[in-house]
Order: sequence, then C-alpha cells, then structure tokens
Amino acid sequence: MRALEVLATGPLALVQDLGRPGYAHLGVPPSGALDVAALRLANRLVGNAESCAGVESVLGGLSVRATASCTVAVTGPPVRVRLDRREVGSHVAVHLRAGQTLTVGTPSTGLRCYLAASGGIAAEPSMGSRSRDVLSGIGPDPLAPGALLPLGTTRGVPAGADVVVPRPAPAELVVPVVLGPRDDWLDDVARGLSTWWTVTSASNRVGLRLDGPPLRRAEAFAETELPSEGLLTGAIQLPPNGLPVVFLADHPTTGGYPVAATVRQGSLDALGQVRPGTKLRFDPS
Amino acid sequence: MRWRRYGEHAALLDCDSLTQMSAAHATIVAARPDGVAELVPGARSLLVVAHPGSSALDDVRALIGKADLTRPPSGTPREITIEVHYDGEDLALVAETAGLSEREVVDLHSGASYTVAFTGFAPGFGYLTGLPEPLRQPRLASPRTRVPAGSVAIAGEFTSVYPSSTPGGWRLLGHTRTTLFDQHAEPPALLAPGDRVRFRSG
Repeated sequence: MRALEVLATGPLALVQDLGRPGYAHLGVPPSGALDVAALRLANRLVGNAESCAGVESVLGGLSVRATASCTVAVTGPPVRVRLDRREVGSHVAVHLRAGQTLTVGTPSTGLRCYLAASGGIAAEPSMGSRSRDVLSGIGPDPLAPGALLPLGTTRGVPAGADVVVPRPAPAELVVPVVLGPRDDWLDDVARGLSTWWTVTSASNRVGLRLDGPPLRRAEAFAETELPSEGLLTGAIQLPPNGLPVVFLADHPTTGGYPVAATVRQGSLDALGQVRPGTKLRFDPS
Repeated sequence: MRWRRYGEHAALLDCDSLTQMSAAHATIVAARPDGVAELVPGARSLLVVAHPGSSALDDVRALIGKADLTRPPSGTPREITIEVHYDGEDLALVAETAGLSEREVVDLHSGASYTVAFTGFAPGFGYLTGLPEPLRQPRLASPRTRVPAGSVAIAGEFTSVYPSSTPGGWRLLGHTRTTLFDQHAEPPALLAPGDRVRFRSG
C-alpha cells in the first residue's frame, strides 16, 4: 500500500480537503482546510486535483515516512522542510523514495502548513469529504504517531513549479467585512469593529476569539434574546460579553447571538493563518 | 418579515413567527431554484446561501415576494416514528411542573405529532415543534455535563433527541435506541427540516 507513516504530529495535524458544504440544514459544519489557497497550491505542486485531501499542520513539527515512492509538497507560510537530513524547502515538489522521511519545521510566521502527497490522502470520506471537523468529531481522527495515511491513485504529473514565492503571514491584519445581518443590534458597530483587536489563544478551527474594547448592545435590543439562526463561515458574532468571535470552517450551523458583520470571502484564508497575539481590525467600507 | 444581507453571497429572511419561517422554507424547497448552496432554517429566520455568480438570491426573493405564506405548499413530508422508553431522569420533575402524572406526560408526548423546524447544536439534532402546552417547560437551572446519546428531551417550545453524547440542559423524558446521526450513512441524519415525527412508547 502506498502510504505515509506518521512519525510525529506537532501540536495538531488533521486531514483536510475542501470540506462538506451543503449539510448545514442537518447541523453539519462545512469544515475543510482553513487556508484553502495553500491546500490547492500544495495539491497542484504534486500533480493532484486541487480538491484532494492533505494534512493541515498547526505550527509544524509534522514528520512522515514514505512506505513507497511519492511526491509531496508543503505550503502555507514559509517553513523549513527536511528530506531525511537535507533541507529541501517549502513550496516545491519533493520526491520521496520508500523509507525516506519528510519533516516540517516550525513556521516563524503564520499558523498552518499544508502537506500534499501525490494521489492525495485516501482516508475514508464522510459525507463526501475527508475533512476532520473538530466541533462535531466528523471525519478522520487527528493524526497520531504510528498512524498510516493511505495514498490514492496518482493521476497527474507534478507541476514542478519553481517560482512559487511563499508569503509570510502579517503580524497585523485589516479584514474587509460586510455589515449585517444584525448590525442594528449593536451600538456604533462600524466604529467598534474598526478598532484593533487581539486574537486570543482560545481560538481554534471553530472560530477566532478576540479581545479588545467590548461592543455594546443597542438600547432597543439590550434585553432581547435572539432565536437561533443560521451561521456562515466568517460571521462575526457578539456574545453577551461583547467580544467578537469570528467563525471559521468548523463553526456551529446555528447560533443565538447577533452577527454584526461577515468577513469577505477573499480574506478567509488569511484568518486561518493568524496566531494568538496577532492584531486585527475590521474594515466595513 | 424582512430580508437582511449576510456577507457577499447570502441573505437572512427575518420572519415574524416559526410558522412563517416553515412556510417560506416549504415554498423554496418546493420551487427548487437553481444556485442555492445552503438553505438553513432557524427558529425565526431562514438563511439562504447562493453559489457565487448565481442569481439565486434574487430568484428566492422574488419567489417569497409573490408567495402566499399563509398557504404554503404542503408537499408530502416524510413521516418518521421513533420508539421511546420513557424512563428519563427528569420525568418526575416534568410531571410535577405540569401538574400531571408521569403516565399522562408520556401519553401527551407520545400522542402528539411533531415537525422538524430546524437543526443545530450538533449534527442531526432537530428542534421539533408541536409540543403540547403542559410540556413547554424551561431548561434545567444547571445543565448536565453529559447527556447520553439517544436521550429524548424537552425545552421551551421544542422536543428533540440527542444524537450523540454531549453536555445539555434539556429535561430528559426517556431514551431511544434509534440512530439519529451516522456520518457514514446516506442520508447521515434521520431528521431533516420539514419531516413529521411521532414518538411511540415502547
């Protein structure tokens, strides 16, 4: 069997593809890679369809041994990558022979690196996706040392692009948003969201939890309870403490606190790379 | 009823009542407009997510604009019967709150016909309406840290079955051995919005 044997996982390593959208009405989160462009690029580099499953590695430390020859690539923020003891770099296709080990270092910026392998990770799919959803526990188990990641059948030729320039994740981020659906529930919401917020360590694939000057409910809605309503990836929800939660791919499908604004889709990938301590503010223009 | 913008590719229909939301949901499901990526009912709202580049939001808006929501398409809802052992930890509390015997609580709960209004909280967790008035009771003052999978429970205007073991604050009437959610089954969830449900004491 073509496979990658997991030797080390770092803080967290999960199988992710493009997720399982379309099941929100059954209470199932969309899930999927948080930095979608990085996963797509890694797949292209090894000759896969962009939708193949790879490994999403939080803060590196991932090490895998090939049981058969394969092509792999690591993307996301710039990071050191070693083939056995040799530095081979990220954002490039790397050929592994059986028995060789690939190790991902710790990125100095950003949070999530993506490992793609030729043929894709062929873990058992659930509802059309191999993504691990940390909220619901759907999808393949988190990687653990000793686990075998089976690889699918190769279909393409590695792209072998040699001009992919990785971009470090910024320490400060301005995030464009669309106000609503319930911006009227909060006091002076555009100004409140435009102040600098700090990403806290309570953040995960469900959402980014922010710290800063709390937003207050508008007078008219001060005591109103919001009946549960549908949530989207990128929704900025304001719980009673007034500190925003920005929902990411593993978000609950409904929630009972007002959503003041929604992140524009073009900026969602960047949110998958923000570390605790990162400053961000929202631009509602 | 009003539409609220929700990001670049979605809109939220803010409804006056759960009945109106269910009527709007049935109207859209019956018409099956192209380009709808997700249709997510809430307790008083309906989220419509469009595939980028489609005209689904305009189409749905037009559809709802000319629909008579007091007479929604009835369709042929799926009918599901769930066998329940009424041995829940809160059965006595529910009976006392309602001023009824435990037997009467069981008869009321298993005698009514329910509709799945919306889902959430966990995959396969449906919020079912149609709960008889005496059983509309508040959540527990302090939620349990673990409610076993299959627990049949009530809270407010809803009844539900916990598909998996989770923390929860609903009052427990009993349990079922029926599987509510299986990620490898097709469809994965037993209950979907619009389904009719009955509970049978067994």
